[in-house]
Formats: sequence, structure tokens, C-alpha cells
Amino acid sequence: MIRSISILGGQGRRGAPDAFERIDLHMGQVVSIVGPTGSGKTTLINDIELFAGGDTPSGRHVLINDEPAPVEYRYNPAKNPIALITQHTTFLSDLPVRQFLLTHSKVRTGGSESPQMMMDAIEFANKLTGEPIDLDNRMTELSGGQTRALLIADATVICSTPVVLLDEVENAGIHRTKAVQLLREFRKIFIFVTHDPRIALLSDFRIVMQGGRVTQVLSTSEEERGVSAHVNRLDDALSALREKLRMGHRLNAGELQEVA
Amino acid sequence: MRVVICAGPATTGKTSVVRHTAKKLLHAGHKVAFVKLDVQYADEDEILAEELKIPTRKVYSGELCPDHCNVMVLGDAMQWAEQHGCDVLIVETAGLCLRCSPYVEGGLGIVVLEATSGMNLPLKVGPMLSLADVAVVTKIDRISQAEREVFRSRIQDVAPNVRVREVNALHGIGIDPLVNEVLETPEVNGPMFLRGNPPVGTCTICVGKKEIGWQSHFGVVRALENQVFYRGE
Ligand SMILES: Nc1ncnc2c1ncn2[C@@H]1O[C@H](COP(=O)(O)OP(=O)(O)OP(=O)(O)O)[C@@H](O)[C@H]1O
Ligand SMILES: Nc1nc2c(ncn2[C@@H]2O[C@H](COP(=O)(O)OP(=O)(O)O)[C@@H](O)[C@H]2O)c(=O)[nH]1
Ligand SMILES: [Mg+2]
Ligand SMILES: [Mg+2]
Ligand SMILES: [Zn+2]
Repeated sequence: MIRSISILGGQGRRGAPDAFERIDLHMGQVVSIVGPTGSGKTTLINDIELFAGGDTPSGRHVLINDEPAPVEYRYNPAKNPIALITQHTTFLSDLPVRQFLLTHSKVRTGGSESPQMMMDAIEFANKLTGEPIDLDNRMTELSGGQTRALLIADATVICSTPVVLLDEVENAGIHRTKAVQLLREFRKIFIFVTHDPRIALLSDFRIVMQGGRVTQVLSTSEEERGVSAHVNRLDDALSALREKLRMGHRLNAGELQEVA
Repeated sequence: MRVVICAGPATTGKTSVVRHTAKKLLHAGHKVAFVKLDVQYADEDEILAEELKIPTRKVYSGELCPDHCNVMVLGDAMQWAEQHGCDVLIVETAGLCLRCSPYVEGGLGIVVLEATSGMNLPLKVGPMLSLADVAVVTKIDRISQAEREVFRSRIQDVAPNVRVREVNALHGIGIDPLVNEVLETPEVNGPMFLRGNPPVGTCTICVGKKEIGWQSHFGVVRALENQVFYRGE
């Protein structure tokens, strides 16, 4: 049973130390990682996924329940409590989607291939995409958005782990708010990298990065929670515009008036 | 002397894996020698000699199969490494022969495969994988976690007893388990033997009989029908 994940500070790209000694993430917490492009967000999330033990360029250590992670987490995916949805928008695996999902269901359950999981995963993915993914598509053929949708579905349905790490759900044209809602339902620890204020304000606290190091850890304040409803309205309005454009409709001048 | 043979298709990251492993071994006080074996061109020996300040050399196999060439030269190479006061010899080999094994009994056999290569690669590399002790999967930074796990399972389907170790060989992430593998390898004493059985005793093509068609050859021949998936044992 996972009770907590802790990160012990390391250093950034030019050797300056992280601005924290230790961050503890407990069951039920939602955390976001923010910072400019190239600031080390993916590197931090990878440190967690790799159960870093001072052996990554950042020198950080990751503890599970206050101890270094058991090696079986690393060598047996059926035991791994973490699902990572990477930033990748292309697959390099030249397998049909069907076979990929079946194989991954076997790997993650430690049992046999599960056609049920495969069907659930594809159905889930197709709730997030525009054009549906076909089980007979090759993984390499999928578009950027379809790739991200399948990764999210795979993490939710097949990995079904207590900890989910999500690297930038927003930049792939999928229904991101829906994705985050669906993902959060069953999770106990949820960490996401994001540039999106709506998603960032969902979190209990946020880790701010620059130059490869953590510069601040900020709890979401009462004031920020207050703003969140307004941010959501703005975001919904923008999403509606986006959807109209996608469907080939024209926009009219009064469109944004009620939220502005 | 501990002997490590590191094999794998071109550009999978063998040199990168050797670089990081050797660095950590040197750091732990070991003395490492490096031999690069290739068919006709290699500069890894010069690069690693410059970078790590260790004794290195290269061997071109030319018309010989690189794995057969390894059999010929490895004894001398161990003497050479010993003369330089080394206690670990790492050999990087092209691994072009997908029928023989490049590994020796008593040494550590490492196959380096890249995660980006496509899911059928493990099925294609024969004894280079099935007779290895460790399969190192490189370039995990370029694929998703799900693909990494499926790739691992494709390897274990073909080679259930091989230990799979995933690394980012660019940044040296995941190298510690390989260093431990090297350190747990016993010293080689006495005569060494090639692992597995070579696929043919005498090959008529090897000795210069170039006519196409199995009817023109003798020894081990094979027709188009009757295909066997060669696993090395
Ligand atoms: N602590 C560190 N030590 C050394 N190198 C680092 C560190 N953190 C990040 N880097 C390097 O900096 C580069 C950018 O980092 P990373 O990809 O994590 O940025 P990012 O914040 O995810 O950017 P983006 O928003 O574009 O996805 C990478 O090459 C990474 O290896
Ligand atoms: N992104 C990434 N690149 C790698 C990795 N390992 C090796 N490379 C790159 O792949 C190329 C070939 O690597 P090299 O070690 O020379 O391969 P070799 O031919 O098998 O010895 C080089 O450009 C390396 O920098 C890795 O884990 N990740
Ligand atoms: Mg990133
Ligand atoms: Mg090389
Ligand atoms: Zn051969």
C-alpha cells in the first residue's frame, strides 16, 4: 500500500540546489508542476517515475512510504504503483492498437491478456478524441491527439495505479478538462505538469520550476480558489469557440460578452 | 579479470552504455580496458581512450564474422588488458552475425537494444538476445512508459531468463544495476569457451562457394520451405 511519496531535493542544471529539502505527497493530494518551457518539469516527473536514487542528472531521491522503492517496482510492471502519461505525441511502436493494448493488459495485471480492458480502454480513448481510433490502426499511424488520448486511457483503464503522473495534458487538442476529471476519479495521488491555469488551480499545491531546479512550492490560496470559478467560465467559453471553429462554424461578435 | 561482452545492432547505444558503466567502475577504483570489434570502421577506441584515459584498442574483423573474430582474438586481448594492470575488460562488438552468439562462458553477456527500434526487434536478433545475461534497453526517454513495458514483455517472451534493464544512455540514468552486474561477474580463470553452439560447422559459402541455391552446397543446407526460428541452443 502506498501512503506517501517523498522527493528529496537535488540540483538544477547549473548545480544550484532545489529550494526545498523534502516534499511529501500524501494519499488524496493533487499537485501540479509549473514553469517555463525547458525549466525541468518533465525531468522532475521522470525522477518520480524512475524512483530516482541520486542516479539521475538532478541527483534527487524519491521515497515511497519513507523508504527507497523496492526494486520489483522497476522490474515488474505489474507491481509498479505509478502510471506516467508522457509528453509524447507519437508512438514508435509498430504494433496494431489491439495487440498493444492486449499485451499491456497482460503486463500490468501480471495475468493474461484482457479483451475487456482493451475494449474499455479504446472506448475511453474515443471519448477524448475527435475522430475515433480503430483497434486495427497501427500505433504509429495515430495523430498527436489520438496518441495522447490512448495514453490517458491506457493509464486509467489498464494501469489503474494509485499514483498518476501526467505531463501536459493540454497541448494535444483533446478534451482536457474531461480527461483530468476522469483520471482524478479513482486516483489517490495525482501529479501533473501543466501550463493551464484551470488545471493548475485544481491542485492542493504547485511546484514552480526554473533552470532545472525547483524554486518554490506554493499552496493554492483561498483567494486563488475563489478565482477558479471565473477561470473555468472563461475557459468554457474559449472551449466553445474552439469547438465551433473545429466544426467549421462562423463566430459572431457578441460571442464572448457574457464572460468578459 | 572480468570479461564483459557488449553486443547489439548499430547505433543502439552500446558505446554510450559502456561509457557510463566504465566511468562508474573507474570511480569505484577498478581498472578498465576496452576493445572495439567491428567489420571495417570504428573510432570508439579513440573516443573512450581520450575521454576516460583507459587502455583501448580496436580490431577489424574484415572478412571474418565478428563473433568468430572475437573467438580468435579474445585470449590475446585478455593478456593485453592484464599487462596494463586492468581487472575488467569490456568488448564492444558489432553483433552483425545474428546466428552465432558473441558471448563467452563465465563472462557477462550484455545485448543492447533500443526501445525505439520497433516491437519485432527482439524476435530478430536470435542468440545475441537469447544467450545474453542482460538485455539493456536504451532510449527510454524517447518512448512512453506503456511502450517501454510492452517492449520489455516482447523481450521476455523470446528470452524469459534474460534480465531486462532499461536505461537512458545519453544521461547515464539506470546504469547502477549494470555496474553491479559487472561486479557480480566472477573472474575468468583457465580456458574460455564461446557460449551456445555455432550454427554451422563448416559453411560452404564461407569457404568461397558462391553459387546460389541449396542444391549447390553441402553440410547444413536449407530450402525455402522448412524455416526454423534459430534460438542459438
Ligand atoms: N536538474 C537537472 N539537472 C540537469 N539537467 C536538467 C535538470 N533538469 C532539466 N534538465 C535538462 O534540461 C532540459 C529541459 O528539461 P525538461 O524537458 O524537463 O523541461 P520541461 O520543463 O519539461 O520543458 P517543456 O515545457 O518544453 O516540456 C533537458 O535536456 C533536461 O535533461
Ligand atoms: N535519446 C537517447 N539517445 C541515445 C541513448 N543512447 C544512445 N543514444 C544516442 O544514439 C546514438 C548512437 O549511440 P552509440 O552509443 O554510439 O551507439 P552504438 O553504435 O551502439 O555504439 C548517439 O547519438 C547517442 O547519443 C538514449 O538512451 N537516449
Ligand atoms: Mg516537458
Ligand atoms: Mg559504438
Ligand atoms: Zn557467425
